[in-house]
Amino acid sequence: MNNSSPDAIVVKDLEKRFGDFVAVTNVSFSVKKGEIFGLLGPNGAGKSTTIRILCGIITPTAGSGRVAGHDIVTEAERIKQSIGYMSQKFSLYEDLTPYENIRFYLGVYSVPPNRWNERIEWLFDLTRLHDARNRLTRDLPPGWRQRLALGCALLHRPEIIFLDEPTSGVDPLSRRHFWEFIRQLSEQGVTVFVTTHYMDEAENCRQVVLINEGTVAAAGSPADIIAEACPRVAGANLNDAFIRLMSRRD
Amino acid sequence: MPGCDNEAFRMIPSSQQGEESLILVDTVSKRFGDIEAIRSISLQVRKGEIFGIVGSDGAGKSTLLRMTATLLKPDTGRILIDGLDVVRQKKLIKPKIGYMPQRFGLYQDLTVEENIAFFMDMFGISGSERRERRDRYLAFSNLLSFTDRLAGRLSGGMKQKLGLACVLIHEPDVLILDEPTNGVDPVSRQEFWQMLGSMKERGMTILISTAYLDEGGKCDRLALMHRSSVLAVAAPTEIQSDYSSLEEAMIQRIQTVDKELAGEQFKP
Repeated sequence: MNNSSPDAIVVKDLEKRFGDFVAVTNVSFSVKKGEIFGLLGPNGAGKSTTIRILCGIITPTAGSGRVAGHDIVTEAERIKQSIGYMSQKFSLYEDLTPYENIRFYLGVYSVPPNRWNERIEWLFDLTRLHDARNRLTRDLPPGWRQRLALGCALLHRPEIIFLDEPTSGVDPLSRRHFWEFIRQLSEQGVTVFVTTHYMDEAENCRQVVLINEGTVAAAGSPADIIAEACPRVAGANLNDAFIRLMSRRD
Repeated sequence: MPGCDNEAFRMIPSSQQGEESLILVDTVSKRFGDIEAIRSISLQVRKGEIFGIVGSDGAGKSTLLRMTATLLKPDTGRILIDGLDVVRQKKLIKPKIGYMPQRFGLYQDLTVEENIAFFMDMFGISGSERRERRDRYLAFSNLLSFTDRLAGRLSGGMKQKLGLACVLIHEPDVLILDEPTNGVDPVSRQEFWQMLGSMKERGMTILISTAYLDEGGKCDRLALMHRSSVLAVAAPTEIQSDYSSLEEAMIQRIQTVDKELAGEQFKP
């Protein structure tokens, strides 16, 4: 582990081609430890490809980078032990109970069995799902499933958590609580890498990168991006900036 | 309430008859086993308005929309669309409504063109009308240059626009949409709402649920639902009243009526 670097994620000139199709090109950015970082862009812009590269699931065709101190090309397996990942589909087994889902993920993340009971109780405390322990996951409201999925992604205490559209279809109150919790995680030093289509949520990020058609369209703090995309527009928000920047596409 | 069926056929109080209403939901309740999904809800949707339903997860939004779309029967109470009862006159209502559920059944392995053709077959649209409507609604949803693409290969935003084109193809008077923009990017969401705006200009009545309060703000009126009931029906600005945002107003309102919800969060 490389603890001397202040960066949790650094990538330079990432490129990923699938045959003739260029999914991602010239993507560079860095994310500081404990930062909430947002990757934004339209459907099909290359967000998921970028996340898969960072998680060590696919190898870039060009470029370099380190995640949690590990090289994304040569040390992909070690990256997987240092990160948590939660997708918009919440990746839960709907016909298992929360308890059974947790047991499954403890196994996937190779948490030593002597720590399982402690981690299970920790997760139920964290997510306040004690009462739902033995219900079927599919019967739980979306906000509860979301908490369970996030808890499962944190079971092995990762340094970095990747959240791919974590709030799709979740109600406003649950979303607010979700983001309060994400800010607490960040304060505890966990690096949070998030994609979302909801710009009010993206304003929680210290830094955002907007990608479109596989390449970086804008980068900076939400305030910088708004100022740059919508100069002299009073009351402009990140949603206005996004629409302005993305509508420039041909 | 069981045993109170007569109540379902009582007259509408004259105080509610001010504006012309197209959809009337009158003291409707619905249970699924032990779960009370809808508890004695009454509301009216006026002709030509965009009426939004917002609220917490599991509040009963989808159940209410499914009953309005004639797919579920209320246990008690009644729902009328243009004076027709959704249970007893279901067949007459079907051609008047277009309903897009949360997981809309596009055929992923058919092309855009074939999906549109399928929906025209279902509604018996034939002759010269076919070409006209196909052109009109594919152009409307900006899909004319993607007619040969498989629906399964469209982006999330384009899928939703194709879904909308398919439920518009029989030119209904009422559109019922259940959270149509989940997972759709901001540009596509804006385009989707522009489409709804132009349908409204043509006189269509739109009943839509959403988890996103910026969209709630674009509706003419909103019903705020929580735990099987309607807490308020009003214009978005009225619901927001003195709060900093519609979201803040809604959350405060829900928390006031239900302190228990405050416990449903991550432990600090």
